[in-house]
Amino acid sequence: MYHKRPDITQNKDWKIILLYIVIAILGLVSIFSVEFRTNDDFFPSFFAFKKNYSKQFMYLLGCAVIAIFILLTDSKFFTATPNLLYVFGIILMIATFVVGKTVNGSKSWIPLGFMNLQPVETCKIFTSLALAKYLSRSDTDFLKSKSQLIASAICFLPAIFSLLQNETGLALVYFSFLLPMYREGFPPVYLVSGSFLGILLVLTLLLTPTQLIIGLTILALLAINSLKRKIRRKRNIMTTIIIVWLASLFFVGLAVPFLFKHVFQKYQTERIFSMVGRDNPYDTENELDNKISSSDNKKQKADNENYNVKQSKIAIGSGGFFGKGFLKGTQTQGDFVPEQHTDFIFTSVGENFGFVGSAILMVLFLTLLLRIVLIAERQRSTFSRVYAYCVAAIVFFHVAINICMTIGLAPVIGITLPLMSYGGSSLMTFTILIFILVRLDADRQMILR
Amino acid sequence: MSVYNESRKNVIKLVFIGLFVVIIFRLFMLQVITSKYKVLAEDQGIFRKVVYPDRGIIFDRKKNAILQNTNISDLMVTPNKLKGIDTALFCKIMNIDTAQFKKRIVELIIKNGRSRPSVFEPLLSEEKMAVISESLYKFSPAFYLQERSIRSYPYEAAANVLGYTAEVDTTFLRKHPGEGYVAGDYAGMTGLERSYEKVLMGERGIEYWKRDNKNRLTERLEQGKYDTIAIAGQNIYTSIDIELQELGEKLMKNKLGSIVAIDPRTGGVLAMVSAPSYKPAYLTGSERRKHFSELFLNPALPLLNRTVSATYSPGSTFKTLQALIGLHEGVISTDTRFVCSGAFYGCGSGKPMRCLDFGVFDLRNAITVSDNTYFANVMQRVINNPKYSSPQVALTNWDNYMYAFGLGHKLGIDLPSEKAGNIPTPNYYNKVYGMGKWNFCTFRSISIGQGEVDVTPLQVANEMAYIANKGWYYLPHVVDSIEGGDKFGQLSKYKKRIRPTEIPDSIFYAVHDGMQGVVDRGTGAGAKVKDVVICGKTGTVENYYRGVKQPNHSFFCGFAPRDNPKIAIMCVVENSGRFGGTYAAPIVGLMIEKYLKDSITDKSRLDKIEQLSNLKLMPSRILQEIKRQDSIRHLKDSVYLAAKGFIKAIKDTVGLDDDQPDKDEWGKMKEGRSKNPDSEKDSSELKQKAILLPGKKNYLPNKSNPKTNNH
Repeated sequence: MYHKRPDITQNKDWKIILLYIVIAILGLVSIFSVEFRTNDDFFPSFFAFKKNYSKQFMYLLGCAVIAIFILLTDSKFFTATPNLLYVFGIILMIATFVVGKTVNGSKSWIPLGFMNLQPVETCKIFTSLALAKYLSRSDTDFLKSKSQLIASAICFLPAIFSLLQNETGLALVYFSFLLPMYREGFPPVYLVSGSFLGILLVLTLLLTPTQLIIGLTILALLAINSLKRKIRRKRNIMTTIIIVWLASLFFVGLAVPFLFKHVFQKYQTERIFSMVGRDNPYDTENELDNKISSSDNKKQKADNENYNVKQSKIAIGSGGFFGKGFLKGTQTQGDFVPEQHTDFIFTSVGENFGFVGSAILMVLFLTLLLRIVLIAERQRSTFSRVYAYCVAAIVFFHVAINICMTIGLAPVIGITLPLMSYGGSSLMTFTILIFILVRLDADRQMILR
Repeated sequence: MSVYNESRKNVIKLVFIGLFVVIIFRLFMLQVITSKYKVLAEDQGIFRKVVYPDRGIIFDRKKNAILQNTNISDLMVTPNKLKGIDTALFCKIMNIDTAQFKKRIVELIIKNGRSRPSVFEPLLSEEKMAVISESLYKFSPAFYLQERSIRSYPYEAAANVLGYTAEVDTTFLRKHPGEGYVAGDYAGMTGLERSYEKVLMGERGIEYWKRDNKNRLTERLEQGKYDTIAIAGQNIYTSIDIELQELGEKLMKNKLGSIVAIDPRTGGVLAMVSAPSYKPAYLTGSERRKHFSELFLNPALPLLNRTVSATYSPGSTFKTLQALIGLHEGVISTDTRFVCSGAFYGCGSGKPMRCLDFGVFDLRNAITVSDNTYFANVMQRVINNPKYSSPQVALTNWDNYMYAFGLGHKLGIDLPSEKAGNIPTPNYYNKVYGMGKWNFCTFRSISIGQGEVDVTPLQVANEMAYIANKGWYYLPHVVDSIEGGDKFGQLSKYKKRIRPTEIPDSIFYAVHDGMQGVVDRGTGAGAKVKDVVICGKTGTVENYYRGVKQPNHSFFCGFAPRDNPKIAIMCVVENSGRFGGTYAAPIVGLMIEKYLKDSITDKSRLDKIEQLSNLKLMPSRILQEIKRQDSIRHLKDSVYLAAKGFIKAIKDTVGLDDDQPDKDEWGKMKEGRSKNPDSEKDSSELKQKAILLPGKKNYLPNKSNPKTNNH
């Protein structure tokens, strides 16, 4: 048996590493453009490490070190320790309740001195590994509902803690684990109906019930029409369509209004609607008020609540086709977009580099995602494949929701843009997620369990 | 197991690609198709800052600046930086109480927000400035000083000629659309400031600034790539002789009236005194509003430029023109004599016009002694000239002479609010007496410059220039040239010599002879200046206010030197009583001496200046009115309240609507007032003021009877 020279470069997927670096640097540049003013001196402000861009630069260096460590680690380590790590993650989540620090109303941060750690972020890694471990066990038969239940429990346990910490947005990320589970044979009915409900929920926020009901009916009729032949052969398709249609109507017409009117508090409802930039249509008091009080008041109130989305849309929309140019965005320079360096970092790309820049960024992310899927499919071991799909799903969920919320397609739920948003916690999580994948992929010929 | 479900990867890829396509489509809509967000971004992210250039400087004929700019500071405050400031100390320094301080800050926050600098106190006076700048560091950075440019007047003179600037109001904005004015701008309201507003204003610059979410300006957009640079207003050079102007104002102190001096060679106005006047700096700075209402309420009307806006009967000064007409029409010759046996009996019945000097006069002597009978006879001959088919035709002919001499219409001087005066026309008499039911005797008093004839002092001075030049004149004007060129073509009409009639020089010689006699041995001896041959004419003008006879106005007009006239001048001292020679003549004499000799050094002449300057000839009517106002002010602050209601009215009217008939102005002003609880009292006050304004004179043309004793 000869001793294998440890070679960090061997078998590594350089394309994904390149994508990682490009996107991370774009992120740094965007954070720079948010904070830097043309009359600032670059070097003093950079080396003082008071500015977010210089801090982010430090985080990037730190992440590079972490990445190298991961690449040097034996891939068997990742298959051996998931259960332990998962338990460690859960303990961290619980510890947060005790030693947590409250930031922006959610007690989900553990102060570490040099940075704040958000366990719900890092738990994504542990959960991915744990899910991969569980599904790759030789005695797991994922076609059984018991296994499906256990897998779901693994995925949603951290989410429940996160909800308790008042971090709804990050809890929602754990829904992305449905994707690898779907790939491994989870019945699509759950996934489809789940996402259908999700889409319906967002649509009820964006449209009026009447519009939705008409739309749904048209959709049902179209389905019946296109499936005519099948229906002739199988009657239950027709029944399914009708049941789905009726259920949707029930959901849109009764369940959602009931939810908003009676289950949620008034302020909660208002917040949810303001996330998509609308007034709360279920506020009966408000309606009466409106009739009496001046429309000015109403307008101002709505303006305040929709401020984030409105400013975000203005910044992106004013970018035009080619953008205003680097450091020339008036909205970015004027601090009009709140939280621009973190959740709304995309607005800086949209304003400075316009549609061209935004579209290129989107293509970069899409390439990254498709690359991960490609990597996933070439794995010989189930563990690596499931893990790869977990990464793809998390990145996809983050990118999709983040971009959609900046352009008014999704409610503002505080989800970062992977590798670009300012923040050590988020950046580190995605670095670890991606580099474990790269490490596992390097050993793709092995059957890892 | 891995072989199972492999096709699901395609579904997953499809979901990824599908959602990204939706996002890119949405981005395309947002960034490329919709323009709404670009507009919104510009509205909130870019600020269009207007840069005001310095206004042009006004110079006198010797290139002394008589109106320039100076910097004055506004005290600015940024409310959100107020923390930790010793408010008590600040209030002590500013001489306000803390409650007032808080109230002001709250008002500013409501108006401008917390983080934007607002004006805490505009236009600090010099004393306040001194106190504050000393301890300003204690209140920094919440408070700071911001300089701005305001008008300053190196000489305390010529207020009415220069005019003042003021914040534009809605009426002004409505009248000047598309000229770039916005509320808060300053614009010239009267005088040269108004007539040369376009020139003095310069061109405004626009700076594009980036603005942040707290509405603060951060930096220039693209380092000022899109900015337009402000261009300073053009300087203008006037023909005013500021020393002469100062002397004139000194001589007219404590009097009502005016002096106009014109250089007959150019038509340039040398001095233009309207008394009483005010210190021009009075209407700049922080106290402007208060001072304005004070001046406006003053019954002596210091804001009125009497030289162009007040009209009088010309009195005997008119006789010179009658002589010209008589000679040119050939109805008299220089040797024609008329007898003054105590009065003019040419019209038979009715009260005769008296003459004071009994005897027989030829033309020259008639002018010299200002013989009424002589000129009544001359005009009678002009009107009854058989050459013309009827008195109507003859009067029309006479009117044409008058217009040619510059009377009965606006001369078009480069100052606002010029009045046209009045020369009665056949139409007028037809209306009053019926078609053709009038003749010379109906309006015989016109022949000696009483009755329906109205002239402005400027018109009289111009008429002197015309006589001095023997038949031509330039339109009188204040501005000679504009630095950098006359872009708006305002000066071209003043460069044309006007020769309205072809009257031979010999006729002028005769009139000059008569006028020289006035000063040498006649009624205007007071105007005499050593070594200078002055031609002049006195006038003692009867006048009525609401049908009540008032003390006579004292008139004197003339030019000098006779052979090479360099100055044509007119002086009126209102309601001074006595004769034209008494007050107006010596004033004119001193003015001529000052101008021709450059300085007055002779002791007796200097004493004369002081003596005239100290002479108080303010009509008792005005003094009583001032007294009455004072007592009302003591009683309650009603006058001030009235003024508040009034300021708008005056801005809209006085000096602004020169083309509007007087009636409307006054009607408006009354409206402005009637909103006030004291409206009744106030309007009566107004009517009393009206005495000095044209169109309100109460002469009685038909029943007239002139027991005139003109000299």
